[in-house]
Amino acid sequence: MKQQDFELRHERSWQALEQDLLQKDNSDELIQLPERYHSLCQQLALAKQRRYSAALIQRLNSLVIQSHNKLYRDLPRARANFLYYLVAGFPQAVRRNRAYVGAACALFFAPGLLFFILCWFDDSLIYSLMSYEQVKDFEAMYEPGNQAFGRERQSDTDFAMFGFYIKNNIGISFQCFAGGILFCIGSIFFLLYNGLFIGAAAGHIAHIGYNETFFPFVVGHGSFELIAIALAGAAGLKLGWALLSPGQLGRISALRLASKDAITIIYGSTVMLLIAAFIEAFWSSSSSLANEVKYSVGGLLWFLVIYYLATAGRHLAPR
Amino acid sequence: MFDISYSHETPEGVDLEVELAGPFVRCLAFALDFLLRAFIVCLMLVVALIIGYGNQFGWGLFLLFLFLIEWFYPLLFEFFRGGQTPGKKAMGIYVINDDLSPLSFSATLTRNLLRAADFLPLAYGFAFLSIVVSGRFQRLGDLAAGTLVVHKHQQQLESLPANTEALAPPAQLNSDEQLSLIEFYLRQQQLSPQRQQELAQLIAPALNLSHSDAVRELHLMGAWLLGARGQQ
Repeated sequence: MKQQDFELRHERSWQALEQDLLQKDNSDELIQLPERYHSLCQQLALAKQRRYSAALIQRLNSLVIQSHNKLYRDLPRARANFLYYLVAGFPQAVRRNRAYVGAACALFFAPGLLFFILCWFDDSLIYSLMSYEQVKDFEAMYEPGNQAFGRERQSDTDFAMFGFYIKNNIGISFQCFAGGILFCIGSIFFLLYNGLFIGAAAGHIAHIGYNETFFPFVVGHGSFELIAIALAGAAGLKLGWALLSPGQLGRISALRLASKDAITIIYGSTVMLLIAAFIEAFWSSSSSLANEVKYSVGGLLWFLVIYYLATAGRHLAPR
Repeated sequence: MFDISYSHETPEGVDLEVELAGPFVRCLAFALDFLLRAFIVCLMLVVALIIGYGNQFGWGLFLLFLFLIEWFYPLLFEFFRGGQTPGKKAMGIYVINDDLSPLSFSATLTRNLLRAADFLPLAYGFAFLSIVVSGRFQRLGDLAAGTLVVHKHQQQLESLPANTEALAPPAQLNSDEQLSLIEFYLRQQQLSPQRQQELAQLIAPALNLSHSDAVRELHLMGAWLLGARGQQ
């Protein structure tokens, strides 16, 4: 067939396709797009094989690319998925990867606990981790003589601390995640380091006897914050382990596959850290609440977070 | 030598082709983004100082904003602006999934969170190493997310209006032969008439062209290959 006849015969369907490309992604007009796209691909192959002119092939090629992008676009269905994700997707992903979660928790909590106990009994150990000024700073924050940890806090100070906690804590969790791709080394390092640091600080505070201010302060948001950081580390370990031990897949394919679950966990971990920052800035720091209230609520939150991760969405099929 | 072309076969059996963006152009894009980010942060600092004069509210706002800029500046641009941060846009490159479909949200989140690992040990050292080793110019974040950074504009031939005077070639030509005729047509201003005549004489016998009119006929064929169809 001569090129001119070919063009005459198909021109109308190409124009229809060009119209389709202008439509919105959810438009009913697009019902014929897949069919038109399939014929277009065939026509492009024919045009190439019959050595039609470069201009025609280029036009069809660009139409194919645009239709491909239209057809295979990842549609944002975030709103429909969000609820499902909270109820089932996130806790299911955590349970599916419990080996990594277990390892991350061990790396994060074990040295934390160890240094908590060591610093509780040994006054000087803390100075091998932090400088004298740092220790003085955080001692001052929890001095019982102060009504509200350092200074009378207004709501604008609460907000400033909210900003600080977001930047600091979510930054730490992202580091724990990202470091994992370096064959787990980064995740292990950041988990150990932060676990050590937090444990030692808590132990030192207990040692100097500021229990009445420190523990009621941290118990409220600790559940969300500490578990979220451990989860981010678990996601990082998953990436690193995929590179170290890819099984039957190539390393890159294993990494791609692992990153699916890892990013699912990161979404959830980030939401947990947002909640933690909120509690930390606006609830934990309040000086008008009785410590009994803070302990009960904090304990309840620990229970709820673990219960949620362990059981939510058990009976729903994974999507 | 690096091969910068990358092709992906769609389920319909068509090969889509892109050109990968190399480390140098990506560095430039990053530098532009860095300057823009620094400028925005300075601006925000001024705003925070004005709002927060005498209280802590502005400071909190500033920290929040710093967090967003640090982690989400590339992500938001890449997701909402077709895979391009302003720096990438200026350099004419964009991010795309490696099946050459538009960048998905999870992919851009993955590649931008892993930036923290790419940055190590200093000045994007691991990213550079990975780009050189991976063969597709992918940094660690790209490898995990399955994304590529590619050039936006491939060389495009401008089509001629259909009513431009033209002549169909007497035989079917392969793509190299077609391109030669097209180039011959497009470069007629740059080549002297004598040189054009000389070149035309070489090909005239193969296409059965008359000696005297060979240059003009070859030009018309070049026009035809660019979509011109003459008076109809």
